[in-house]
Order: sequence, then structure tokens, then C-alpha cells
Amino acid sequence: MSDVTLTIDGQLVSVPAGTTILQAAQSIGVEIPAICYHEACTPNALCRNCVVEVEGARVLVASCVAQVAANMVVYTRSPRVERSRRTILEMLASAVDLSEAPEIQRMMRDYAADAQRFPEAERRDVPLIDDNPMYVRDYGKCILCWRCVQVCADDAQYTFAINFSGRGYETSIGTFFDKPMPATTCVFCGQCVGVCPTGALKPKSEWLLEQGLNIEQVFAATRQERKRRREPTQMSGEEKGGGHD
Amino acid sequence: MSDYIGSDFDPVPLQGILAQLAPQGRAALLPALQAAQALYGYLPEPATVEIGRALKVPLADIHGVIEFYSLLYAQPKGKTVLHVCTDPACALRGGEQVLAAICQRLGVQPGETTPDREYTVERAPCLGLCDHAPAVLRGQEAIGAVDLQSVGDVLQGRGNHPVTACYGETNDLIAGCGKGRATTLTEYEARGGYAGLRRALSMSPAEVIAEVKASGLVGRGGAAFPTGVKWEGAAQAPGQPKYVVCNADESEPGTFKDRVLMEEDPHLVLEGLLIAGYAIGAAKGYLYVRGEYPAAYQALTVAVDEARRAGYIGEGVDILGSGYSIEIELRLGAGAYICGEETALFESIEGKRGFPRLKPPFPTTHGLFGKPTVINNVETLANIPRIVTQGAAVYRQLGTEKSPGVKLFCLSGDVVRPGLYEVPFGVSLRHLLFDLAGGVRQGRKLQAVLFGGAAGAFATPDQLDVEMSFEGLRAAGLPLGSGVVMALDETRDLRRILAGLAHFFAHESCGKCYPCQIGTQRQYEILRRVADGKALPGDAERLADVGWTMADASICGLGQTAASATLSALKLWPEIFEGKNEKL
Repeated sequence: MSDVTLTIDGQLVSVPAGTTILQAAQSIGVEIPAICYHEACTPNALCRNCVVEVEGARVLVASCVAQVAANMVVYTRSPRVERSRRTILEMLASAVDLSEAPEIQRMMRDYAADAQRFPEAERRDVPLIDDNPMYVRDYGKCILCWRCVQVCADDAQYTFAINFSGRGYETSIGTFFDKPMPATTCVFCGQCVGVCPTGALKPKSEWLLEQGLNIEQVFAATRQERKRRREPTQMSGEEKGGGHD
Repeated sequence: MSDYIGSDFDPVPLQGILAQLAPQGRAALLPALQAAQALYGYLPEPATVEIGRALKVPLADIHGVIEFYSLLYAQPKGKTVLHVCTDPACALRGGEQVLAAICQRLGVQPGETTPDREYTVERAPCLGLCDHAPAVLRGQEAIGAVDLQSVGDVLQGRGNHPVTACYGETNDLIAGCGKGRATTLTEYEARGGYAGLRRALSMSPAEVIAEVKASGLVGRGGAAFPTGVKWEGAAQAPGQPKYVVCNADESEPGTFKDRVLMEEDPHLVLEGLLIAGYAIGAAKGYLYVRGEYPAAYQALTVAVDEARRAGYIGEGVDILGSGYSIEIELRLGAGAYICGEETALFESIEGKRGFPRLKPPFPTTHGLFGKPTVINNVETLANIPRIVTQGAAVYRQLGTEKSPGVKLFCLSGDVVRPGLYEVPFGVSLRHLLFDLAGGVRQGRKLQAVLFGGAAGAFATPDQLDVEMSFEGLRAAGLPLGSGVVMALDETRDLRRILAGLAHFFAHESCGKCYPCQIGTQRQYEILRRVADGKALPGDAERLADVGWTMADASICGLGQTAASATLSALKLWPEIFEGKNEKL
């Protein structure tokens, strides 16, 4: 494909047509922060932290999906961009526990985001779910980046064990009628844990170590649990449902 | 069936319905869930498993869909659900008190069901009955002008069944409205109905599009995109089949124009849709009607049947000997304001949660099922038959140069004669509000006008001479939106109104993008404490940052306008956001 020339933060850059603004910026060493974006997932441009200002555009543009155009003039740190990024980060910090999200913490420092900006804000504090031998789900840390739902579905595993519950601020990641993971179509492939950016999904063994158990105790705990899951009293395949064939 | 031995779930009636829906696959998910809910009163788990099997939809996805839509219930509900509107127009006339009185009488909280399973009480988003505020939807039945004395009657289904009064200086769009029932096909044809379709079919599709372009018609749903340009885009786009969709998911608080058109003159809307379908070469059309509009859905169901019998609709029917044919499917929404956003509406028809898509690509090339699609608002389509029959030149005789034609305005709030008003573009706000609608109720002074709906902005009394046209309002910094003109008298506490609007957006955000997902919640929390007189230092700056972030960075129009009213109030009355709650 032919090259396209545009201006990013005053620098002229030529990239192949079809390149995203995010990639074009990377090619000249301009870093644009992105939270939900992951190479292995279909981009949904929903965190909006990668927004940039494009001359002539009414609103800010998500650089992870917006493609370059000839003579485009892009500002990656204009006052409008800075306000949006800072406010999004402050709002995230007001909603969820970011203590195990080092990348987001770094962004907060870069943008002088105040984690206490929204006093009296209702947080999404929910109890940790420990319902299977492989991983725990601590949705008080979940930033709804959608990656887990995507890799569980047609971005990777085609398992369709998880989807969304609720709507708006009340949205959470959920299973069919909130069933425990072993009663779903989950195959415990671990892909969701692998793409989780905030520690909301965590290997059970890692979590048990954090709880102060030693290696032997962790192994004993998960082995026993694995064994228990294999007992014939567990859900039949029929009750597990499926229907995604 | 052996799956359900020992349970009281009877899958047989559902299986009959699913056998019919199965060929549509996932696209039939909402109709299937609605049918199951009609059978069982809610969506029991085994029913959703049956649906998943028949339509080949993963169970987690089905649960995600149920969770998204307010009118789909995973838990048993009362035999009668009472939807009590507490959005702006109803709130001004005591909607909160009505909700409290109903809850007290039944001994429940909003969202709860009585122990005998007779009633469930829900706080409802704007029901589009703003001219009959405060309003309740009792099951499928609208009841208006509810007061504390008539609460008992409402429970029994008695009360004022609202008929919207239609006023105005022209009679182009509302010719069949104001009578309290739907125009029949016979009546519609006697009035010259379907002459537009007849004429369109005698023209080439390109000629029809040229006429609509020449008329200068722009969309009436709020975005004001040129209709003819949209049609041309879809007509020229590669890809088959093409779809035409009527966006009848009217739910902008304060808006009821589309409801009236659908309930009283459904063939006018249908004729517009058929002409649009012909112009772009669509083989199928959808009418997506808001879930809270059962009467409009019923009127359109009858109209579609009548039109089908008369040979205007149906696969392969060769409409009026033209060689063109189109199938029309009616869809009922399930309680989600966001589905009025065009791409969210497509997702909903496709059987998914109503998440807006990223644009580009745009619907004209990648719309419903990824195919070229035209989606038009109800009022937009209602303009089409006249444009085609009389020609663009006659159409342009009304209105202004840049805003040709007539416009429907929804007047509500503290106005003497609330109702639906049809006027040519270009009249002044003063003329509309005072000369035609009688001014402010109870001889009070006007404090402000909420313009364009919850996603709108405030006009002040010194703006009464603004010209009601796209260009006139743009110059005044006001959005035409969906045609909402809600009058607020001098006694109204704007903080309370802003908190109410913010509650609406927090309830209706889909939750996809961060600015709106969290921003609508934070905006509501801050405005609630501002209304309670408990503002914290810095709250005005917080509201501005949240508001501008939603406006600048949200994915769709909902998020981009969720702070419009707040930002407008911050500019007009910065003092009301500071600390103590004293009357202005």
C-alpha cells in the first residue's frame, strides 16, 4: 500500500495507508497511553485513554482504531486530550482498586491524575469469587476492558463462558445466571487470566501464596480441590449448557 | 422434555414459537426472550436454555442480553408491572410523590414485587407521556395525569387514558393525529395516502433520491443529517441485501412526537419507510419500536397487516405492479435508551446487548448485519410521502432556506397547553411557547426552557426571540435535538432538575466506554449532593472535567451529550453549583 504523510505533534511522518494513529505515533517514538488495547484482541476503543485531537474533528479520536489520512494533523497531548485522559484515570481510580495495575499507575503519574479527585464516589467494591481450582476473580479490580470476554469468545477460545452482567456503571463480568465457573462452559484455558491487566483475574496458586500459604500448602489445597471437582457429583454436561455450536 | 421432569416448567408452548424463530438464529433472540417472558411472566433459566439451543446462542451471551435490557426479567415479577415515570416533565408534576404513594400503598420499594406477586413497581425512564404528566404505564396501558387521589384507581387500571392534543399552524405531519385512535388504511387512502408510494414507484430510485435531496430534509431524530445524502450513500454502496430501518425507539426525555405519529397515523410512517426502501433497493425493512410504547407497537402491527393485505408489503408481492417488493418486520425494544443510537439499535436487532459500534464504518455501507443500511427517525419518514407527492419545490415553500419544511415540537413542563405542535421552521420560541401554547402555567414567570431533551441545553427568557430553525438555534448555542421544549417556571429548582437528568443518564449508559460508564455515575453523584445543598468545594470543576471528558471522548452520542444540560447550566448559572442550596 502507498504511504500517507501526516503531522503528529508537529513532526511529519510517513506510514503505510491503513496504519492506525497509535502505530504511526509509536513509529516516531511518541507514546500514547492505552488501557483496553491488546494486540491479541479485536480493538474496541472503549477506554478512550488513547484519544488524540485531530484538526477538523468535532470530538477526540481513538488512536488505537482511527487510521491515518493524508495531511492529517494530530495532537497527542493538547489540553483537551490531557483533560480527558486525566479525568478518565481519576474516574477509574475512584471506581476500582488499581493497586495491581502498574501500567495505569504510571499513566496516573504522567498525567498528574489525583486518585482522590472524586470524594464520596460509590466504588465497585465486590467480594472476591473463589469458585474453582484454577483462578480467582476479584472484580473489585476489574476495569471492564473486555479482554477476558473477548478471548473467551471469538478472539481466541470460542468457549463463551463469560459475558456481561448489568449495564452502565453497574456492569460486571458474569456467567450464565451467575453460576460458579465449574458449572459453566469454562475449560480453564487461562487465556482470560493472561490478558487481565489489573490482577482482577489471578492464578489460584499465586493468590494462595499471597494469602501466606507455602508452596506445599498451595499444592495440597489446589490438588484436593481439583480432585473434588472430578467427583461424579459435579454438574452433568447437559446442565453446563452450551449451545454455541 | 425429559429435562424438565419434576419441575413445573413446561417447554412445549415455547418450543412451538422457537421452531418458527429458529431460521433467524441469533437475530431472533429478543423476540424469543419476549415471547418466553409473555408465556412464563419472566425468563426462567430452563426457558433461556431452550432458546439458546434453538437459536444457537451461547448461554452466557443470553444472560448478558437479559441483563442489559430493563424490560427483560430474570426473576419473577408481579402480574402487573407499574412503570412510574419520574423523569423531568413528570417530576415537575409530582412523579416522585406518585411513585412514593404507589409504593406505600403496596408496601414495597421501587423495583420490588408485592408478596402476593400481583404488582411490581418500577421507576421508569421518560415514558413519552410528558404532556400528560405525571404518567404511569400499567402493564401495557398508559395512564396520565395521575395524582395522589387517583393512585388507587391506577392500581385498578382506571384513570385518564391520554390523548395527545395536537396544535399548530400547519397540518402536514399531524393531519391524522389528535383523534385518540389509529387511522385505518381505508381512511388513510381516502385522504390521499399511499399516493407518495405510488408516485415514487413510477419514478426511478435515483429520481426519488434526487427529490429528497432537493427538499433539503434533514433527520429529525436529533443529528440533523441530510436524508437524501444518507439514502444516496446506501443506494450506491456495494453489498446485498440492503436494509431500511425506522428508528422508532423514541426515548429522549421530553419527546413524544414519534409516539403520537405511530399511534395515530401509522400508515404515514410506513409509507415513508416503503419509499425509502424503494429508493435504496432494500429487500427488507425493520421498524424498531420502543419497548415502553405498547400502543404504538399495536397500531403499527395493525397497519402492517392492513398494508400487507392491500399488497403494499410482502416478499415478492410486486408492489403496485412496479416489480419492487419489500418485507417489513416489526421489532419491539426491551428497555434501553441507548438503542435509539443507530448502531446500538442494529446490535439489538442482531440479538445482542445494545452497545454502540465504532464509526467509521457508517451504516450506509456497514449497517444492519454489516450490510448497507438506511436508518431514519419516525418523523423524518413521515415527511417523505409529501415530498414525493408534491415535489421538493412545494415542500420548500414552508420553513426557512436552510431549514425547509415543518417541525414537530413537544411542549411540556410548566406550559398552559402542553402537547404536540407543528410549525414551519423559522417561528420564534416566543411565538411557539406564548402565542400558541399559552405561556407559563399559573401566571408565573418563565425561568428557563429545557431545549432538545435530557441531552439538550437551557434557554433563558432573554432568548425567547430565537428563531426555531437549525441555523437560528445553532447561532444561539441551542440544540434542536428531538424537538423538546420544556418550560420551567420561576419556582423550579434547577439543581433538582439537573440531578434528575443525571439520574436518567446514569441509568441508561450502556457501560461500554469509560467516560460515559463512570462519568454519568460521577455526574449524578455530584449533582445529587448539589441539589441537596451539600456541594463540596471543587464540585463545579469536577462537573466541568467530567462533562467535557464525556463530550470529547465518549464513543457515541449518548455519552457525548450526557453532560450537555449540566455544561449549559454551569455557563448560565455558575452560582447554583456552589455550596448552600438557596432559592435563586
